[in-house]
Amino acid sequence: MNFFIVLRKEITEQWRTKRLLIVAAVLVLFGLASPLLAKVTPDLLKSIPDMPPGLADLIPAPTLADAVGQYIKNMSQFGILLAVLMSMGVVTQEKERGTAAMMLTHPVSRLTFLLTKFAALGFTFAVSLAAAALGCWYYTLLLFEALPWGTFLALNGLMLIVFLVYVAVTLFCSALARTQGASAGLSFAGLVLVAGIGSVPRIGEYFPGQLFNWGGTLALGGEASNWPALWGSLGLIVISLTAAWLVFRHQET
Amino acid sequence: MIQVENLHKHYGAVHALDGLTMTVKPGVVYGFLGPNGAGKTTTLRILTGLARPTSGRASVAGIDLSSDGRALSRHIGYLPEEPAFYPWMTPREFLDYLGRLHGLSSTQRTARVKELLDLVNLAEAGKRRIGGFSRGMRQRLGFAAALVHRPEVLLLDEPVSALDPSGRKEVLDLIEGLREQCTVLMSSHILADVERVCNVVGIIAKGRMVVQSPREMLMERYAQPVFEADGEDPLAMKRWADLLKRQKWVAAVAVAGATVRVTANDVVLARHELMASAAAQELVLRRYEELRPSLEDVFLQLVETEAVK
Repeated sequence: MNFFIVLRKEITEQWRTKRLLIVAAVLVLFGLASPLLAKVTPDLLKSIPDMPPGLADLIPAPTLADAVGQYIKNMSQFGILLAVLMSMGVVTQEKERGTAAMMLTHPVSRLTFLLTKFAALGFTFAVSLAAAALGCWYYTLLLFEALPWGTFLALNGLMLIVFLVYVAVTLFCSALARTQGASAGLSFAGLVLVAGIGSVPRIGEYFPGQLFNWGGTLALGGEASNWPALWGSLGLIVISLTAAWLVFRHQET
Repeated sequence: MIQVENLHKHYGAVHALDGLTMTVKPGVVYGFLGPNGAGKTTTLRILTGLARPTSGRASVAGIDLSSDGRALSRHIGYLPEEPAFYPWMTPREFLDYLGRLHGLSSTQRTARVKELLDLVNLAEAGKRRIGGFSRGMRQRLGFAAALVHRPEVLLLDEPVSALDPSGRKEVLDLIEGLREQCTVLMSSHILADVERVCNVVGIIAKGRMVVQSPREMLMERYAQPVFEADGEDPLAMKRWADLLKRQKWVAAVAVAGATVRVTANDVVLARHELMASAAAQELVLRRYEELRPSLEDVFLQLVETEAVK
């Protein structure tokens, strides 16, 4: 039962410390801007002065695929960066400040302490991504055509899993580190490591980066599946959280 | 209520605890004294489950610390030296949150939060953000937080170190009021505070227990009576001090200006002989006093003896 009491406090903290607002604002901004950018980019290119004759005609007219592509590109950059930034200090800060020691002498287990932080960050990203997706879908409808709801939802669900992978890996780094500086360094190393391994042929098929491609294809009505990447990502979340717990339970706070 | 047996805690080459053994009986207010780095905070952190001993055994409220850390939290209240809180919360919210964690009902929480805020004199600040609190206010809130669930054992690490004199008095009165209600283990370097509220004292040095005893017994056993006299003529007082040093019933003599401080081996003989000796020397005394030996005298004596070993 204490899990939900602590989770409630964590979500309230996300709101009161404006983390939820910041994540939502950034993701909604890019959600709205993505179809808009896709729509105006060809016009912007055509308006470049002294463009060689005929080149402007080669620039293709914007399509629904451009809008979805732009959305995926923005989210894969800024969403992941936000996931790392918002998670990197959550455990270290409490260890440094002394609130972890204060709370762990009350009936809060170390597992609950970690899992509620993950769940609260998951809630923040889920709510923010939902708002961003809604904005993107509406602007795409206005500027292009309606995106199929179900598959667009699937794209966003897969994106959320990617964000959660980075939240979990960063949470592990935060549990591992003693200071916030070390936590930041480890977190960015984790980001580079996951993204780097994800770009290695064969091994990369099991990494979260592939979920963007799968989701993009689905959102545009294509047939695709990449279950290894999904299971790999979920596995990475479980492994990171388990490792965070194993590290944290043996730490003196 | 608290049992510690041969506890060792090593941080690399540093032995923070070196075979500490202590017993705290139910209902006492136990003053845990020691110089800086003696191992007081390490002991308290082990007793709360926040740190693990390298070897040895400890139990609190019948719970072996190596077995069930989760159950322990229901029985103890802990106030660290510098209590930390979530700055975005108000004291009311924080205490309510702790009440929820300890399974108090809504009605119980409302009543308990009000009671505790009144107790630590934070009722007016109950709706202010903790982030803006002074160290003293945080210390008082920490005290309230440790009491939310009416614990059987209260572990206090320097509980009044950040408080002003009036705040210190209030908290010491609170601790004194807890006697017989719960067991209190209080570390402090302010000997006068320990002397005032604790009925049992343990003195720790270099990670080992030097002595633990009921306060009065400790004073009787270790405190050597001290006599102090202020004279008019410093030179005459110095001559008198030199004379006293040769007496068998005198343990030590210290001179500071026209003040002579005599520590006696035999207090009864000293009472008779000192005045007679002063009269024989035709000294003019402005003040003559038999001082009640303080816990500080005992503490310094024992810790210095331990340091020599």
